[in-house]
Amino acid sequence: MNPKRKQRLLIILGLVAALGVAVGLVLYALSQNINLFFTPTQIADNQAPDSRIIRLGGMVAEGSVERDPESLEVSFEVTDFQNQVRVTYTGILPDLFREGQGVVVQGRVLNRQLQATEVLAKHDENYMPPEVTEALRQSGQLDKLKGMTQ
Amino acid sequence: MILPEIGHFALVLAFAIALCQAVFPIYGYYTQQEGFMATAKPLAVMQGLALALSFGLLMYGFLSHDFSLKYVADNSNLDLPWYFRMSAVWGAHEGSLLLWALILALWGVAVSLLSRGIPEKMGSLVLSVMGMIAVGFLAFMLFTSNPFVRILPFMPGNGADLNPLLQDPGLIFHPPMLYMGYVGLSVAFSFAVASLISGEFDSSWARWSRPWTVVAWAFLTIGIALGSWWAYYELGWGGWWFWDPVENASLIPWFIATALMHSLAVTEKQGLFRRWTLLLAIAAFSMSLLGTFLVRSGVLTSVHAFANDPERGVFILGFLVVVVGGSLTLYAVRASKVSTPGEFGWISRESFLLFNNLLLTVMAVSVLLGTLYPLLVDALGGDKVSVGAPFFNAVFVPLAAILVSGMAFGPLSVWRQSDDPKLFRPLIVTLIVSILGGLLWPIIFENEFATGTAIGVSLAVWVAIATQIDVFRKVRAYGSLKTLLARVERGIIGMWMAHLGVAFMIFGVVMVENHTEHRDLRMGAGDTQVLGRYDVRMKGIEIIQGPNYMADQATFEIYEGEHLYKTVYPQKRRYNASSMVMTEAAIDSGFTRDLYIAMGEPLGGGDWAIRLSVKPFVNWIWGGAFLMGFGGFVSITDQRYRRRAKKSGASAEAGGAAA
Repeated sequence: MNPKRKQRLLIILGLVAALGVAVGLVLYALSQNINLFFTPTQIADNQAPDSRIIRLGGMVAEGSVERDPESLEVSFEVTDFQNQVRVTYTGILPDLFREGQGVVVQGRVLNRQLQATEVLAKHDENYMPPEVTEALRQSGQLDKLKGMTQ
Repeated sequence: MILPEIGHFALVLAFAIALCQAVFPIYGYYTQQEGFMATAKPLAVMQGLALALSFGLLMYGFLSHDFSLKYVADNSNLDLPWYFRMSAVWGAHEGSLLLWALILALWGVAVSLLSRGIPEKMGSLVLSVMGMIAVGFLAFMLFTSNPFVRILPFMPGNGADLNPLLQDPGLIFHPPMLYMGYVGLSVAFSFAVASLISGEFDSSWARWSRPWTVVAWAFLTIGIALGSWWAYYELGWGGWWFWDPVENASLIPWFIATALMHSLAVTEKQGLFRRWTLLLAIAAFSMSLLGTFLVRSGVLTSVHAFANDPERGVFILGFLVVVVGGSLTLYAVRASKVSTPGEFGWISRESFLLFNNLLLTVMAVSVLLGTLYPLLVDALGGDKVSVGAPFFNAVFVPLAAILVSGMAFGPLSVWRQSDDPKLFRPLIVTLIVSILGGLLWPIIFENEFATGTAIGVSLAVWVAIATQIDVFRKVRAYGSLKTLLARVERGIIGMWMAHLGVAFMIFGVVMVENHTEHRDLRMGAGDTQVLGRYDVRMKGIEIIQGPNYMADQATFEIYEGEHLYKTVYPQKRRYNASSMVMTEAAIDSGFTRDLYIAMGEPLGGGDWAIRLSVKPFVNWIWGGAFLMGFGGFVSITDQRYRRRAKKSGASAEAGGAAA
C-alpha cells in the first residue's frame, strides 16, 4: 500500500469507529432519556411506571383547577373523557393553559396521580398537540375535540 | 379587488418562468446551444421580479385590510399596527412559503448578477438547478398552500388577528434572516450539483461556492440567534434554548454548513477533501429542506407547528425524497470520477479541519437522531415517546467541548505538515492560563464554584487566547496591525471574529446555565423580595389599554440598597380578537446580567404569581453569535471574490502569505 492510500484507509477507519461510538452513545443516551407517553386511561389502569418521568396528554377537565391560597401550588384533572388523572404542579402555568383545552404534562406518577415537573400548553389556538389527539383517539372521544375546535 | 388576482397570476407566472429556468439552460448545456444557456440569467431575474410582485401584493392585501383574502382574514385584524401587518405576511404557513420562494428567487438573482467571473456553462447549470428547486416549491404553494385563496362573495368584516405570540419585532427579523440562511444553502447545493453534472471538480468550484456558503452560514447564524433571543424575552419564560424539534431543525443545517465552510477552505486552498465537500454541500441543503418538512408538516410537537395538514407533509416529503435521492444518485454515479491529488501530514491544518468536520458531522447526526427518534418509533408501531433536553445536553455538551478544545490548533497550524514544535509552543502557557482562569473565575465573579463553569470558562479563555496568538503572529509577519488589516485575506479576519464569538458564547452559556438565580413567587402590592443584590418591590397593578389588547400591568421598583435603581412594568396581555393571553416580561438588560421579571397568573386577593430571575452574562450568548455571523460577512469582502476568473492564481498567493 502506498502511503497515501494507507493514510486514507486509516482516516476512514477512524471515521467509522468514531461514528460508531457516537451512534452507540446516542442510542444509550436515548434509552436513558426518552419520555414515554401515556393517556389518562392508561394511568388509571396503572400501566405507567412510577420510576420514570412520563408524559401525559389530554384535556384539562372543566372546573377541576384548584389553587392553594398561600403558595404557587395548583392541581387540575386531565381527561380523555373516559378517565381523569389529577395532576399537581408547583409553579407558573403557561399562558395558554385553560380549562377545556388540550395540555401535555411531564412528570412522575405517584398513587395514580401525576406530580408534574413541566406543563406544556399549545402556542396557537388552532394547534392541538399530536399526543392529545392520540389520547382522545384511543378513548374514542375524538369527535368531542372536533366539535370544540370548530 | 383585482390586485390579489394579479398577485396570484404573478405566482403562476413565476412557476412557469422557474420551469423554463430549470429546463432551458440544462438543455442548452447538453445540446451545446449557447442561446439556451444564456436564458438562465434573464429568467432568474424575471422569476425574482414576478415573485417580488406577488409578495408585494400580498403585503398590500395586509396593509389595505383586504379580508376577502382568506390568508389575510386569518392572520390580520383592523386593530393590528401597520408594522405587524407587514410582518404578518410571513406569520403563518402560506405566506412564509411565499417568503421562502421569494428569497430563493432573490438568491438566484444575486447569482446571475454576481457570477460574471464564473464560466457561462457553470453559471447556467447552477441557475438551472436553482430553477428546479423553485419549481418544486412553487408547485407546493400553488397546489397545497396558496396564499391568494379568496373568501368571496361573503368576506368577513374583520380578521381573526395575528397570533399574539407573533406580534413582536422578533417576527419582523427572525424568519427572513433564518430563511436567508436556509435558502442560501441552496446556492452551495446548486454549485455542487452543477459541478457533478459537468464533471469539473477543480478548486475553482470551491472558490466560487465559498463566499455564497459563508454568507448563507452568516445569515443562518444570525437567524438562529435572533430566534433564541426572541424566545428568551417573548415565550421562553427566560430560557434561551429548548431543544425544540424546530430549533433542532435549524441547528442541524447549521452544523453541516459550518463543516462545509471549513472543508471548502481545504478544497479551495489545497484541492483536498473534494468528494467530502460535495457531499456536505448536498447534505446542508437537504437538512434545511428536512427542517422545512418538520416545521410545515406538523409531525412533531413544537411551538412552531401550525395546524396539521397531512397532504402538505406528504408533498414536502416527496420533494425531499426527489431532491436528496436525485442529488445523492448523481453523487454516487459521478463522485468516483473526482480525483483527490496530494496528501497531508498527520499534524497539519488539513488534519485539524478534518477533526472539525468529523465532530460537527457527529453533532449533526446525533441531534438529527434525537429529533427524529420519536417519529421513527411511532412509524415502527412502537410507543409514543418524546426526547427532551436531558438527552441533547448529554450528547451535545461533551462533543462541543471536544470540538472547542481543538479550535485552538487549526489556525496555529500550517498546511501539509505542521511538525515544527514552535507552532504550538505558546499553547502550553495558554493551557495553564485558561485552566487557572476557569478555577479562579468564581473568586472574581464572587459566585459558588461549579465544575461546568470551570470547564466552560477555561474553554472560552483557551479559544480566545489561541485566537490572539494567531493575531499577534500575523501582526509580526506583516509588520504592523495596520498593514495586517489592509493586506491580510479578509477570511482570516472573519475567522478571528467568529472564533472569538464562539468564546463569548460559551462563556455566556455556562454562566446562564450554572448561575442563574431564579424564583417563582406569590407577590401582592407592597411585597418586597430580594433578587441578587437588589430588592424588588411590587407597587401595584393597573389595567391599561393597548392598540389591540388589554393588559394588567404591574409596577416594580428595583432598589439597590436604599437607592431606587429602576422602575419596570411587566404586563399580562389579553388580545381582543383572539382572547389569547400573553406575558410581556420586563427585562433590564445589562453587560454582566439581565434582571428578568414576568407575571404568571392572578392568584386571587390581588396576588400574582411572579417570576424573578437574574441571568448573568446572558447577552454574551447572542453577542457571541452575532459576532460569528458578522465575521462571516467580513470574510466575503475579500478582494479575490471581486476579481475575474483569469486571476485565479492570486488567491493561492494570498493564502500563502497568510500561512
